[in-house]
Amino acid sequence: MVVFGLWVINKAGGLVYQRNFTDGLAQLTSNEYLVLAGTLHGIHAITSRLSPTGPSSGAQVIEGESFKLTILLTVTGTKFVLLTPLVGTAAESTLQKVYEIYSDTVMKNPFHTPEMPIRIDGFDSRITALLGSGQS
Amino acid sequence: MQQPHSRFSVLSNSSLSSADLLSPTGSSRFSLPSAPSINATLGQTRQRPNIYDRNLNKTRSSEVSASAFAFLFSEIVQYTQKRVSGINDLERRLNILGYRVGMRVLELMTWRAESSSKAPKREIRFLPALMSIHTQVWRAVFGRPADAIEKSVENEDEYMIIDNDPLPERHISVPRDMSQLSCSSFTAGIVEAVLDGLGFPARVTAHNTPTQQYPSRTTILIKLEKSVLEREEIVK
Repeated sequence: MVVFGLWVINKAGGLVYQRNFTDGLAQLTSNEYLVLAGTLHGIHAITSRLSPTGPSSGAQVIEGESFKLTILLTVTGTKFVLLTPLVGTAAESTLQKVYEIYSDTVMKNPFHTPEMPIRIDGFDSRITALLGSGQS
Repeated sequence: MQQPHSRFSVLSNSSLSSADLLSPTGSSRFSLPSAPSINATLGQTRQRPNIYDRNLNKTRSSEVSASAFAFLFSEIVQYTQKRVSGINDLERRLNILGYRVGMRVLELMTWRAESSSKAPKREIRFLPALMSIHTQVWRAVFGRPADAIEKSVENEDEYMIIDNDPLPERHISVPRDMSQLSCSSFTAGIVEAVLDGLGFPARVTAHNTPTQQYPSRTTILIKLEKSVLEREEIVK
């Protein structure tokens, strides 16, 4: 499936991983990505309190005219965000696979500090195998 | 000052700092008295056999969760990394920890293989011993034999065991500034203990030898002590 980009947001709202997989996306600076991720974190926190029938999972899909943003919230508060075209339905299962790769290569890696940016070769290579290389 | 051999420091009560750090006694973080209370609550519903009374063969074919081991090993490396001053020191500590595992592996394997035999035996020649490490020890510890054994062409006292995808390192990506580090030093410690226990004292180290196909390929380098080679000549 086509994937525009992948973000990993830690439980404090900080962007710890960001990667584009398609050419021709709007060029943003890393600061702008950080702001976007922080804003999404806030929006997500609000949407999880909007439900009239008690606690909610918060926003899972945000759709625009030309793209779709699928959010997977883990039990520990880490968010995986996948930017995809509107068509295609495999975003949720792809995010589950990304979560699996994250658990294997990031959380089991003694050289990674939790909540800090992810700079791990094993994670990069397995994400590349899953989503294609694109640009880094 | 003559320092005691590093690997004994964790077993004896010597005043080496590493003994203080690694020894479970003398640290308040290990609350031994709390352990029986867990058993007590369980014991109310079901009587559990004492671990010492259990048959050692019962767990012969049982397996441990690879994820649980990966998390434990990750914590071991992090714990050790906080207490060392360099990569060499880290590898030495991992080697010592592996040595403690290897001693038990050898004892358990020998017991399982030979205890029922009328004429128990043990390897006295080096090559068969190396073969049994490559297959039996690897199978007991990692669930499959290692990938190759090689003999050094330059030094006749050096042998290598090669693992294309070492289990302890499967989820570990070593950062570039520590590229010298091989976490398989733990495995090297296991090999060193088994060789020591069989009477082939050697120095065992681990080295990264990645290939295109196997990025985490690791070579366990065995450097035998001179006495072993001399004895091999005699018993030939």
